[in-house]
Amino acid sequence: MIFEKTRDMNITPEVIRDHGLTPDEFQKIRKLLGRDPSLTELGIFSVMWSEHCSYKSSRVLLKNLPTEGPYVLQGPGENAGIIDVGEGWACAFKIESHNHPSYVEPFQGATTGVGGILRDVFTMGARPIAIMDSLRFGPLSPFEAGARNTPPETLARNHSIVSGVVAGVAHYGNCFGVPNLGGETVFDPCYSGNPLVNAFALGVARQDQLFFGRASGIGNPVIYVGAKTGRDGIHGATMASEEFSEASEAKRPNVQVGDPFLEKLLLEACLEAMQTGAIVGIQDMGAAGLTSSSCEMGGRAGTGIEMDLDRVPQRESGMTAYEMMLSESQERMLLVAEKGREDEVFAVFRKWGLDAVTVGVVTSDGLLRIKHHGEVVAEIPNTALTDEAPRYHRPQREPARTLAMNPPPGWDSISPEKAFLRMAASPNLASKHWVYEQYDTMVRSNTLEGPGADAGVVRIKGTKRALAMALDGNGRYCRLSPKEGARLAIAEAARNVACTGALPVAATNCLNFGNPEKPEVMWQLAQAIDGLREACAALETPITGGNVSLYNETLGQGIDPTPIVGVVGILTAAEDEEEPRPMSANFRSVGHRVVLLSAASELSPEEALQRLGATEFAATIVGETWGLPPALDLERERSLQTCVRNAIAAGVLESAHDVSDGGLAFCLLESALGRPVERDGSSAGSIGARVNLRGDGSPLLTLFDESASRVVVSCTPEKLSQLQALARPLGVQVMDLGETCSDRLEVSINQKPVLALALTEVQQVWQNALQEALQAEAVAV
Amino acid sequence: MKIGVVVFPGSNCDHDALYAAEKVLGQEAVAIWHDSTDLRGAEAIILPGGFSYGDYLRTGAIARFSPVMTALQRFARDGNPVLGICNGFQILCESGLLPGALLRNAGLRFACRQVHLRVETTDTIATNACQPGQVLRIPIAHGEGNYFADAGTLERLRREQRVVFRYCDEAGEITPASNPNGSVDNIAGICNEGRNVVGLMPHPERAVEAGLGSADGLPVLRSLLNAPVLSAATRLHTPAQGV
Repeated sequence: MIFEKTRDMNITPEVIRDHGLTPDEFQKIRKLLGRDPSLTELGIFSVMWSEHCSYKSSRVLLKNLPTEGPYVLQGPGENAGIIDVGEGWACAFKIESHNHPSYVEPFQGATTGVGGILRDVFTMGARPIAIMDSLRFGPLSPFEAGARNTPPETLARNHSIVSGVVAGVAHYGNCFGVPNLGGETVFDPCYSGNPLVNAFALGVARQDQLFFGRASGIGNPVIYVGAKTGRDGIHGATMASEEFSEASEAKRPNVQVGDPFLEKLLLEACLEAMQTGAIVGIQDMGAAGLTSSSCEMGGRAGTGIEMDLDRVPQRESGMTAYEMMLSESQERMLLVAEKGREDEVFAVFRKWGLDAVTVGVVTSDGLLRIKHHGEVVAEIPNTALTDEAPRYHRPQREPARTLAMNPPPGWDSISPEKAFLRMAASPNLASKHWVYEQYDTMVRSNTLEGPGADAGVVRIKGTKRALAMALDGNGRYCRLSPKEGARLAIAEAARNVACTGALPVAATNCLNFGNPEKPEVMWQLAQAIDGLREACAALETPITGGNVSLYNETLGQGIDPTPIVGVVGILTAAEDEEEPRPMSANFRSVGHRVVLLSAASELSPEEALQRLGATEFAATIVGETWGLPPALDLERERSLQTCVRNAIAAGVLESAHDVSDGGLAFCLLESALGRPVERDGSSAGSIGARVNLRGDGSPLLTLFDESASRVVVSCTPEKLSQLQALARPLGVQVMDLGETCSDRLEVSINQKPVLALALTEVQQVWQNALQEALQAEAVAV
Repeated sequence: MKIGVVVFPGSNCDHDALYAAEKVLGQEAVAIWHDSTDLRGAEAIILPGGFSYGDYLRTGAIARFSPVMTALQRFARDGNPVLGICNGFQILCESGLLPGALLRNAGLRFACRQVHLRVETTDTIATNACQPGQVLRIPIAHGEGNYFADAGTLERLRREQRVVFRYCDEAGEITPASNPNGSVDNIAGICNEGRNVVGLMPHPERAVEAGLGSADGLPVLRSLLNAPVLSAATRLHTPAQGV
């Protein structure tokens, strides 16, 4: 490993290459410094100019995203984005990937992913009140979509990745004490060697108590707080900026180790220290640790920072400057305090039993100057590391299409009921309670809607407001069209938020792609960003931050382009109520009308079949993907969301659930079973539905088509005309499908019965499928 | 009543307990830092949930050595009300104020969901406002809530009616399927001989408003208010009350 050989090493072309720098980049470094870099400086440049930290391949594209809006207080460029919630409150939130570490060491990779995003939020002064996670794994059994030829050892490894990642997310969030409101868990063969772990966190603060990562005030002390620095995670950012090979196992020591207890102390100490008024700026030490926190804080404030590494609390002896600057030890923060008020800060950290040491000073020269053992070991202009980092307009090429446009012959040879039950047993559509019951979903007693709902909702105590949030993404849609897939992701996340009654106001994104040096991958990235741009503009959900994860490839096998987005919305209490009440996704009582609100585009029979090719039905039952993603007209989508929110605000609805994976059939099933039910043998008394759908062509199309801009709602029969009156001016169709009933799901199409099931029967399958898949021996057929 | 909530490093349900005591029950509530040597004049104490000291080594094993525990031991032995929730229950067991121990869940995984509890005795500081046999819907959130005690202890707990809550189904039946963590005899909570110290794994403080999914925790917390308030002289055994 590089860092073991650093003590007396000349900078040869091999050393430059081992640092992931190109010859041209090295020449640029020489030019910026006006001399050759020292080895420590080379290390510092290599992490700051890594893809992970510099966004060198994506930056030119990301600047096209809409980032401003009436609710945005802080857009991209800080540790987290911030929006105005009202009543003097602000909300900080962001999503970030921890994909590479989670493949190398699933448990620790996931814990530190959660830990990192939590720090990004509380470093802004916001107390985290919710987390969510979007997870992608390879298949668990050969019976899943596309998994027939997956080798048993890969399936076994997938099992351990799933268990490890879920346990890691649980461990960190549970101990830290922040509720996990759900997210997504998706299985597809393309994620076998490249699991995706995208962690989202959201916190709240008073608007006048926000903090930023800026090293202002010449002469102010730079203070190191939190855990001691060790050798863990050195070059983690560089690892996250390359493909995986067979040698990746050797990178295990590059994965950091998380300590949620320490982070909890750090949270409380930081928030308490912020109350003293002595803190000027603060930033967490994430990727590239001491290096990124110092040069970014200096860069933003236009100042320099001088640090003496001898003062840095160290966990190991004999660490070099190179190792200390590149260490990614967790649970550390760098802060700048007002000169002369250091003791107020130290007292707080002492109370919480944490290290707090002055390690440097803010200077006026704009340089990052690092001293070690009395010598200057690095002296680099801050902006050389941040603003001057390379930006590439990498070549793009649309890949030749290999997937068919039309369904294979015989695609419709299965009976609707058989298809429905098989889909209910597939890990992608089955209940995810095995995952989310390992998460504390209620701590802090704010959770109004937890996992299993369309969106998570937490109240802000003492206000009339709550925040709704949802994560969405669909790699299969993006495989067929990255642009359409990205648009659909924003539309679905915003629709999920709207289904609670909240107004979607902002978004965060995590762009998971393959190797950007391949023109086809670069094309996918550009297309996806273009799709996000369109959808965020149309739905008025500007992007306030996020992260790009490239090089998600193992042995040359890349993932489907997978942009994951998080949308946050604000829910306000009705005038006569003290607290907001989110709309539930679940049927509430028998005898209510079941209604489809639709703004979906009209499709020709041929196009409808093409649009079926991206669905869960196509993947799980037909075993193929073809055609195009579901159609989406953003203006119509917007009308639909307005209609749903207006109907909720008017008190017309009893439930609202959007149509997505698995189509109308699974929307109905989830409306009946979605809520976490007691599994203690109690009869849950499920409320099902008896409905008649209209449809042309195969009943499979009507049941499982995933056309966007549709929501299934329920209302009392008396409210139906009011709903129609609300929907008409918005151009939203109101289709009265039938009524809620007890314990059964009965669906007919054009009056011909196609599904007739007892809910208990489906519930057994749907509820246990994921757990059974995880417990089964991974054997190939 | 003045309700004190002890805050250990790593407690994370302390805010919830304070909120429930203050905003929902309308009582005076104070946080008591773990290195405090007095209980700030509290008339009832809640040991909240969380991961005190990270729960490294063993749940509650380090918290029992906190300075505040000396004052708490005396407060409890004097007959004052003490309610340990989740990690608080684990700390009470570790510190010997309650018998038995909490092992890892039978499924070896953390479990967070709503469960049903049956009130087995109303003669405690945590159940005097409940009905005998009342079924409460209250969430659990723990990785180590599998109650264990040796046969002799169990026999004594039963004989003295010191099993306070058992996991049950919606109808109040004690069944294996309703036991979320493998606890012996479906035990979810117990009390001491004096019936003034109660520990339970489920979280009544998370079930105090309908919007949170259940308000069934209210009678448990309200019971604290009915606990016999001992004379100030008795309470003054605990040093430096600040009264």
